[in-house]
Amino acid sequence: MLPDSPLLQLKGIDKSFPGCRANEGIDLDIQAGEIHALLGENGAGKSTLVKIIYGVLRPDHGDLWWQGNPLRVASPAAARRVGIGMVFQHFSLFEAMTVLENIALALPAQDVGALRDKVDATAESYGLALDLDRDVYELSMGERQRIEIVRSLLQNPQLLILDEPTSVLTPQETDTLFTTLRALADEGRAVLYISHKLEEVRRLCDRATILRGGQRVADCIPAEETAQSLAEKMIGRRIDQSTGKAPRQSGQPGLRVSKLRTSSAAPHSISLSDMSFTINQGEILGIAGIAGNGQTELMTALTGETGPPSSGLIEIMGATANQLGPVARRKLSAAFVPEERVGHAAVGDMSLVENSFLTTLDDPAFCKHGIINWPAVRAFSDQITHDFDVRSSGVDALASSLSGGNLQKFIVGREMLQRPGVLVVSQPTWGVDAGAAADIHRAIRSLAEAGSAILIISQDLDEILALCDRVAVISQGTLSPVQPAQDVTPEQVGLLMGIRHDAITNEGTRATT
Amino acid sequence: MLRLEPRATHSVLAAWLSPLVALVMTVITGTVIFIAMGKDPAATLYIYFLQPLVSASGLSEVAVKAGPLVLIATGLSFGFRAGVWNIGAEGQYILGAIVGGGLAVFFHDSTNALLLPSILVFGIVGGMIWAAIPALLRTRFNANEILVSLMLVYIAELLLVYLVHGPWRNPQGWGFPGTRTFPDAAVLPIFFAQHRLHWGLILALTAPLLAWFLVAKTRFGYRVRLFGSAPLAARHAGVGSTRMIWMTLLISGGLAGLAGVIEASGTIGQLMPNISPGYGFTAIIVAFLGRLHPLGILLAGIVIAVTYIGGENAQIVAGLPKAVTGLFQGVILFYLLAFDLVTRYRLVFSRASRPEHA
Amino acid sequence: MLDLIIPSVMTMMTAATPLIFAATGELVCEKSGVLNLGVEGMMLIGAVFGFIGATVTGDPYMGLIVGAFSGIMASLIFAILTLLLVSNQVATGLALTIFGTGLSALVGANYVGETIDRIRPLYVPNSADGPSVAQLFFGHDPMVYLGLLVLLACAGFLSRSRWGMILRAVGDSDQSAHAIGYPVIQIRFAAVAFGGLMAGIGGAYLSLAYTPLWAENMSAGRGWIALALVVFASWRPIRVLFGAILFGGITIVQLNAQAIGLGIPGAIMSMLPYVATILVLVLISSNAMRVRLNAPACLGQPFRPER
Repeated sequence: MLPDSPLLQLKGIDKSFPGCRANEGIDLDIQAGEIHALLGENGAGKSTLVKIIYGVLRPDHGDLWWQGNPLRVASPAAARRVGIGMVFQHFSLFEAMTVLENIALALPAQDVGALRDKVDATAESYGLALDLDRDVYELSMGERQRIEIVRSLLQNPQLLILDEPTSVLTPQETDTLFTTLRALADEGRAVLYISHKLEEVRRLCDRATILRGGQRVADCIPAEETAQSLAEKMIGRRIDQSTGKAPRQSGQPGLRVSKLRTSSAAPHSISLSDMSFTINQGEILGIAGIAGNGQTELMTALTGETGPPSSGLIEIMGATANQLGPVARRKLSAAFVPEERVGHAAVGDMSLVENSFLTTLDDPAFCKHGIINWPAVRAFSDQITHDFDVRSSGVDALASSLSGGNLQKFIVGREMLQRPGVLVVSQPTWGVDAGAAADIHRAIRSLAEAGSAILIISQDLDEILALCDRVAVISQGTLSPVQPAQDVTPEQVGLLMGIRHDAITNEGTRATT
Repeated sequence: MLRLEPRATHSVLAAWLSPLVALVMTVITGTVIFIAMGKDPAATLYIYFLQPLVSASGLSEVAVKAGPLVLIATGLSFGFRAGVWNIGAEGQYILGAIVGGGLAVFFHDSTNALLLPSILVFGIVGGMIWAAIPALLRTRFNANEILVSLMLVYIAELLLVYLVHGPWRNPQGWGFPGTRTFPDAAVLPIFFAQHRLHWGLILALTAPLLAWFLVAKTRFGYRVRLFGSAPLAARHAGVGSTRMIWMTLLISGGLAGLAGVIEASGTIGQLMPNISPGYGFTAIIVAFLGRLHPLGILLAGIVIAVTYIGGENAQIVAGLPKAVTGLFQGVILFYLLAFDLVTRYRLVFSRASRPEHA
Repeated sequence: MLDLIIPSVMTMMTAATPLIFAATGELVCEKSGVLNLGVEGMMLIGAVFGFIGATVTGDPYMGLIVGAFSGIMASLIFAILTLLLVSNQVATGLALTIFGTGLSALVGANYVGETIDRIRPLYVPNSADGPSVAQLFFGHDPMVYLGLLVLLACAGFLSRSRWGMILRAVGDSDQSAHAIGYPVIQIRFAAVAFGGLMAGIGGAYLSLAYTPLWAENMSAGRGWIALALVVFASWRPIRVLFGAILFGGITIVQLNAQAIGLGIPGAIMSMLPYVATILVLVLISSNAMRVRLNAPACLGQPFRPER
């Protein structure tokens, strides 16, 4: 192998799925000892490409070379044997089994006692704390990711691929991860880092390859770019950077929550305690937080789907809503977009027309005396797909056939076209490509300008700070004091997200103070 | 290389085609079985599938058998669409017969015109009560409704045996197990002399039409489909799971109970230990064969009824045991489930490169 | 006193044995994430083919092997439909039961009334001596001991062996197991086949040892009770033993009720096992949390890998 030939080289990779060409003629090369970023919007083809490298998918056309030799990866096991490891965005963990069992399952058969020692040693040397005998369902996201990383490291990978690793981490956990990755690179291994967090990429990565629409469009050194220039390469056009935050008139309270308490017996659900906030009409409030800190519980408390709260007050447009179910709350002019698209906000097995009826089933225009006026519902769904640029094979298409971004646009559109006085959205642009995300952000802003009170619950700090007038942080079911967005820096919010989380769960990452 | 990929819309063609294909495959399998048993396949197939349809008496017998099947299956389809698995329709059928028939036995001398509608109502209530048990146990105690409703079938059968041998036995019945015969005022009138077609069949026919309307056009039907397809989304839409479980179980229980009392009153005329050739279980097959669609259930009910009558004739004429009918029904369901795949996926040729080991 | 207890315990164990086999098999199957409601059908198939095998060869143990094999075959139909053709597991399991009931009735029609040489206990005490403690420990027929052995072996397999761990993982998250590279479909195939093997043996036991004859529907719902036992046991093998013995005990009460002269009509007494099953289900399931933590997370879900 020549000294400066790449560790991994891809040429002309093609891969298609029904209705989309995920990868088209992609070339890629990664050197040993480098941290290489793979950038692109959601749907650009990053995950597909990486799954090909890891043997989960097979390319329709194209070649791979590893350390100068041709490479055919038939399966993840084969990839691992060759020296390619991967930490997925969605973990492959077994909730009802222990950490040690989870690690053992990812490795070839060996003596469990020896494995325990090996795991401890690895965790120690890279600063990743793990309690081997706890069941996974009890662990936080950061801890779960550590299991995945240790699993990969134990197989001695020359190339470690990480798919959106920091989406579930606090800023401090992110620092730890970066230290680990730097250590790996210094040892001569390579890291392929997929992310859409452009500031992080600029901080961490040596080189970047940018994908757009399934093709490779650019190659650059992140440190020499700005986040904006990287984003523009990803989207292919100039981005309107104005946040458009004109000072808003404060109207009447749209959504008022006072000393809200909920409790749940489910294994790892968070109880909300003493949550209070008020959102006036025309205002956008953002609640930031890492997933798993009570956001889901807050959303269900607000929709009323699981019953009234244990105590406290929920007021929608001035009326007490505690005892009301979702349908009654919608009558008070509230609308909701829960986090989970398929299965909660929409039904995968039903058409867009039928999905339009999901949150409008009480509307007399669509249903009189219990009989549905399907032509009217169809017209509504036509309007949604038109106004919100939803791409699909028609309103009779099943919701499951839409891409994430398009389905999200549909769902958001469905709620917004009902002209709600109060809109609660959770993770509005999670897994959504930048173009659709910008559309959704624009729509949220205009809805606020039209006078609605909007609550945005999100893990994406950039999104919160760009959209919201005021900001609070949710952590373990409690809310930090609400502050105007312009008074707050990302670092402060990040700290708030992290500190209380650490203190309460009592786990520390050794590399942080 | 052939691959399966999910369809973007539901294929109506495939939905209608798969039951047909299943039927054809069952006929082919039947041919094989008959040959293995040393019977002439063509003649036996004729007896089974075609003979019942060629004579007026055959058709009326098919209708008599199809009625309860269609009625029960229509009720079941609501539950199955909602993901609520009422496997105990047989028990609810029996309880409908017991409660409705019990009223007829109690008033065995009456000539009151209200007796007939009353026993029908009692029958529905009887079936509902029996279905209320799994509903209660599922919603209060999270107990699996499949197992509870099934255990209740055995209990219902034993209850019937106890009653017709014991406290309700016909004192003028010469010791044969069975209640008194129902008074004329409690028997469903026949509308076609010489055959056994009674008005209960009209009820059985209207049920699928009503059900179709409910499922396709009403908010209630939408909620049922929603609940079965995505429970969280249903919750988001304000559909209470407790209510849904109760409603679908009561509907299927009520319709099964109605079928039971109709059968007892119209076709048999008394309560006996054996008032069901397994209608409650066969109705499950009818429901699936009809793809849970009321119109499909109507057709499927007729098809299955034909095999019942064919089976009885085959027993007499060709010496085939009755059990073959049960076998056919299981086979048809197997084929249907096998071809169900086609409605959700389609075959595609792809140009994937052949993988080699690294 | 011993005169009463020892025969009761013997009967209890023989009544429990078919349940032990069927429930253990179904437990392993469910642990891999597959819900097979066809246990009743598979037991009947095992019973009829076992009986026929014994009649034709004259050897009840040959019959047992035939019954076991037929159980596996029946379960493979289910496996092909649910694992390869991704059909609905509830409907397919029901179809298997209906099919098994019909097939066994058909095939067994000519064998009703036949008698065979039953499976005999290994140690039969001198009839003059009456029941003894020795008989209690050594006097059961071999299948009782085999059932206990199999149950213990499964318990050990699931909790201590690597493949047991992998099986549990498949039932916990088939997607994760697939992502790591385990052959989910093949593992589930094996688990389903094992379930069929056990149900076939359990059914064959009924016609070869318990009441050595064949009658239509002779399992009388034991397959369903076995399914309930798995829930009752919270998917843990050792608890299956307790459940099965409990039902064995109910059988004794049923049989002896007439002897004791309780005056309850036979039909009502016969309801006892079914009522008990319902009560048992309610008891265990009402602790929803416990069920959620113990039931395999993928139970009943079809596996659709992304490829």
